[in-house]
Amino acid sequence: MTALTLKNLYKSFGKVDVLKEINLEVEEGEFVVFVGPSGCGKSTLLRVIAGLEEATSGEIEIAGTPVNHMPPSKRGIAMVFQSYALYPHLNVKENMALALRQEGQSKAEIEDRVAEASRMLSLEPYLERRPAELSGGQRQRVAIGRAVVRQPKLFLFDEPLSNLDAALRMNTRLEIAKLHRQLDTSMVYVTHDQTEAMTLADKIVVLRDGRVEQIGSPMELYNNPANRFVAEFLGAPSMNFVPADWLDGEKDQEIGIRPEHVSIGEPGRLSGTVIHVEHLGGDTNVIADIGGETPFTVRLFGQYQIEPGADVQLGFADEQTYRFASDGSRVR
Amino acid sequence: MNKARQNPVNALAAHTVLILYTLIALFPVFVIIVNSFKTRKSIFREPLALPDADSFSLIGYQTVLKQGDFFLYFQNSMIVTVASLFFILLFGAMAAFALSEYRFRGNTLMGLYLALGIMIPIRIGTVAILELMVQTGLVNTLLALILVYTAQGLPLAVFILSEFMRQVSDDLKNAGRIDGLSEYTIFFRLVLPLVRPAMATVAVFNMIPIWNDLWFPLILAPAEEVKTLTLGSQVFIGQFVTDWNAVLSALSLAILPVIVLYVVFSRQLIRGITSGAVK
Ligand SMILES: Nc1ncnc2c1ncn2[C@@H]1O[C@H](COP(=O)(O)OP(=O)(O)OP(=O)(O)O)[C@@H](O)[C@H]1O
Ligand SMILES: [Mg+2]
Repeated sequence: MTALTLKNLYKSFGKVDVLKEINLEVEEGEFVVFVGPSGCGKSTLLRVIAGLEEATSGEIEIAGTPVNHMPPSKRGIAMVFQSYALYPHLNVKENMALALRQEGQSKAEIEDRVAEASRMLSLEPYLERRPAELSGGQRQRVAIGRAVVRQPKLFLFDEPLSNLDAALRMNTRLEIAKLHRQLDTSMVYVTHDQTEAMTLADKIVVLRDGRVEQIGSPMELYNNPANRFVAEFLGAPSMNFVPADWLDGEKDQEIGIRPEHVSIGEPGRLSGTVIHVEHLGGDTNVIADIGGETPFTVRLFGQYQIEPGADVQLGFADEQTYRFASDGSRVR
Repeated sequence: MNKARQNPVNALAAHTVLILYTLIALFPVFVIIVNSFKTRKSIFREPLALPDADSFSLIGYQTVLKQGDFFLYFQNSMIVTVASLFFILLFGAMAAFALSEYRFRGNTLMGLYLALGIMIPIRIGTVAILELMVQTGLVNTLLALILVYTAQGLPLAVFILSEFMRQVSDDLKNAGRIDGLSEYTIFFRLVLPLVRPAMATVAVFNMIPIWNDLWFPLILAPAEEVKTLTLGSQVFIGQFVTDWNAVLSALSLAILPVIVLYVVFSRQLIRGITSGAVK
């Protein structure tokens, strides 16, 4: 059974179309990530699924039931917000229990579910505290716990990690992945961070300006991007683009080369001058000026001593390049 | 406060100015209270002297408590002020929530219409209001005053509160909706506690003009049993003789509840401000 189906979904605020022709199926137990640049409509899409905004047209089904006219609390979803959105006047336990009390669950059942969720998220020491007395990471875990206790058919996450620092972000990311394995419930996750998308997703949905650009598994999208936008958006550092006629290609076309597919050394197919070198320990990023509008990035594995100002030759294999027409579409 | 950032000269200057201002602001109150405890003669001979064994007298308070129904006036003022504040805050907050939270046709227009009341003094409509009250039989009732003051306070309340409610996190309200809270619960349990400082501000701004008002009590409710304190105190100010002892005593008594209410609200103000800042 599909956990979520979107058919021809449109959403506009007044005259502005924010979501256009969204079609999507999320299988049961699947982890789907929406990525896209800021303002592309990810949060809006999530809020439409949650029922916090009404779709202008199109159909939404959750676990086979059309929910277009159902209030958020009846849709069988739970949502985790970027700003945690904990109830400031309730302690951790009450925060988690509120939705269950609203549903009219029995006291024992509420106790059970809260206890289980707080064990899963290591929240037991904080149950009596107010949100104001917790750190950012703990607050986010409470927010996740509040979603877990409801035992929803579908979890919705709106950039849950973007307020956390780098180390905590990594930990919480692992925790969310673990949670997904344990619960085996479908999750829809919004982020603009492509690392989060690549590491968590079974399926990535790339959005741009309210349209779906491509849907697929992380490796499908990485190895086989449908267009220049997806190619540039996924992968860090992002793909290099050079005019095709520099490499005996057709005029107006562009060749895309991932930084990790480039080697330095003679004989090369392009030449340039090093302008900056980033030493990351495991990797070395070499940024070179090859005469194009944007600098060319090379990702070398291991440590290299290369000085800015040095002239370098860049080599790569044709099978590992991508060809794009001037409108951004892929030429195969 | 952070010690490292405090410059002693600045601090001294700031405190001097603040203390001076406090003295100037409190001086009239001080004079009123001090003189209310003096005999009539000594009030005029040495207005600034403290009462001593000779000049001490409670004659003013005795007059006030004997003549007229002081406690009734007091009670009337209290009922009118508290009830008006309650309705201003309740309806003001509800209207502000609707304006800031829901997108509906004419939302902006409605907001402007409500804000218009800030610029047009309600007293312009006194004649119409009086006619209305006569027709509805509300003349000489406290309800008439409460209705008028509620109307008078609402525009500013809606204006201030809707500004503050726009700042309450959307995510919080949405979390409530997903957890199945009704819009009323979201309003009363989630939003209102977060705009408490703004509510206190609105309450303080409205309280004093209502308590002190002479105009509407005189016009709408001059009857003995519904007189407010301010109106009741006027009996001591005559065209030819004024019983200054009684006037000063009545005023001293009238200040008290205002101070109590102010302390209640201003503590909310301070708590709200600090709880927001420290997070
Ligand atoms: N209530 C609203 N009224 C009008 N326009 C809105 C409203 N909410 C969002 N928008 C517009 O819809 C577009 C998408 O917004 P949305 O919040 O979904 O972006 P996003 O992809 O989540 O961005 P971010 O990564 O910055 O969170 C934006 O251009 C925004 O200005
Ligand atoms: Mg967003």
